[in-house]
Amino acid sequence: MLNKETFNQYYEKFKIYRDKILALGNDSLEKTIAIALSLCLVCAVLVSLAAVALKPLQVNNKELDMKQNILDVAGLLEEGGDIDAAFAEKIEAKIVDLESGDYVDSINASEYDQRKAAKDPAQSVTIPKEKDIAHIRFKAKYAKVFLVKENGAIKSIILPINGYGLWSTLYGFLSLNPDGQTVQSINFYDQAETPGLGGEVVNPNWRALWKGKKVYAETDQPSMEKGLITEADIGEPALSVVKGVVDNSKPGSQYQVDGLAGATLTSTGVTNLIRYWTSKEGFAPYLSKVRTVKGAKS
Amino acid sequence: MSAVLNDETKKVLVEPLVTNNPITLQVLGICSALAVTSQMSTSLIMALALTLVTAFSSAAISAIRNHIPSSIRIIVQMTIIASLVIVVDQLLKAFAYDVSKQLSVFVGLIITNCIVMGRAEGYAMKNPPLESFMDGIGNGLGYSLILIIVAFFRETLGSGKLLGMEVFQLTKDGGWYDPNGLMLLPPSAFFIIGLIIWAVRQWKPEQAEKVEFKIMPIAHGEGGHH
Repeated sequence: MLNKETFNQYYEKFKIYRDKILALGNDSLEKTIAIALSLCLVCAVLVSLAAVALKPLQVNNKELDMKQNILDVAGLLEEGGDIDAAFAEKIEAKIVDLESGDYVDSINASEYDQRKAAKDPAQSVTIPKEKDIAHIRFKAKYAKVFLVKENGAIKSIILPINGYGLWSTLYGFLSLNPDGQTVQSINFYDQAETPGLGGEVVNPNWRALWKGKKVYAETDQPSMEKGLITEADIGEPALSVVKGVVDNSKPGSQYQVDGLAGATLTSTGVTNLIRYWTSKEGFAPYLSKVRTVKGAKS
Repeated sequence: MSAVLNDETKKVLVEPLVTNNPITLQVLGICSALAVTSQMSTSLIMALALTLVTAFSSAAISAIRNHIPSSIRIIVQMTIIASLVIVVDQLLKAFAYDVSKQLSVFVGLIITNCIVMGRAEGYAMKNPPLESFMDGIGNGLGYSLILIIVAFFRETLGSGKLLGMEVFQLTKDGGWYDPNGLMLLPPSAFFIIGLIIWAVRQWKPEQAEKVEFKIMPIAHGEGGHH
């Protein structure tokens, strides 16, 4: 389209204008505008080039980081091990219909992106304001959970969780025992809370406090023992982050985790997102089916 | 060295290390020096990022210095600096993802680091590109030097490690060293930087600021109640 001759012609014209502008006084209005515009153009090209050219590498890094976090929350992360291989070998991704709690096999789990789906009106639902305690506004209809299996039996259930803290939406994983009740671990792979205060949600020492905590208030109903749990009596979500240090000898301490010092709003945010995702809005239907063992059809 | 570099470039490259250090003498860039120095690895990356940004932004600003309208001078400098910082941030996200996660907002905050702006306004606006580039490298290295010293003390005393490798065995792992938790918190960097400034000014007394006024003793008969 643009042959060399016309290009040269334009270039000559450009040179004339350029020299004219450069010859102007530095503080003339024309030159100020011309310099500002051309500087913005050059910088914009530079920034976009870097962003576009490096995107594939960054996406790859993010994926690897998420896999690493899933292995970490499952307690399977080995220092220096091959993350991709370990993930493929030990972790199984499953799609769950949040409303019914059943597995959905019609969606390819390895390609499904729950975060993207939550932003797509066709694949998500708007959360009614009074129920939106995690302040996320939308949730995907289908969630991507991860299972760790050993000899065919489920060892851990890893649930994706997210919710608003102080500055940012925290994205993370909650790993539960097959009983759908006892916490194995928690972590957050994407957050922008205050470094050193709310940012301590990623501190291994704090995360270790979650191990063995219970998600739902336990009742003495006989049906629990027989494993005949309906969605109605899985119990209310009870797990929360409290202010200060939890006294483990007190009743109810199995539902409480120490708050983060100096980060009340982040701690509240974590409580809210845990409560939300373990409620009927979140994974309660799914977990109640997991608990009845044969309930969740695969 | 002397064959390649003339006196001016040598001066701008070496002087900011001790005699005109941006942190200890000019007391600039303190904010990030507190924030990222709890570990050596983050400090090194931050030092490298800041050195590169300062050098390239100074060179770019110097290259167009004769055509920058004075009314939008600062905005022009900021635009160039901000663009370079975004590029560095993107590079880190692509090639050093873990470190970029740990540095979080602090890479972006290089934009507001006084050293970068200070060199652009104070040196690059008046000097040719090569010297400005070297001046940026020199000041970046001066900043890096202090960051590395601070990080060395904070990581070894705070977590018994250096670059993630064990130096002192911690008591919780059955060793003898009980880590000093203060070293992991930002205020410890204030103490260390303060001590460095004191040491440098003992060594080079001409760096100490002149006393601007004297506190007068209360003369007899004046002041107080009668």
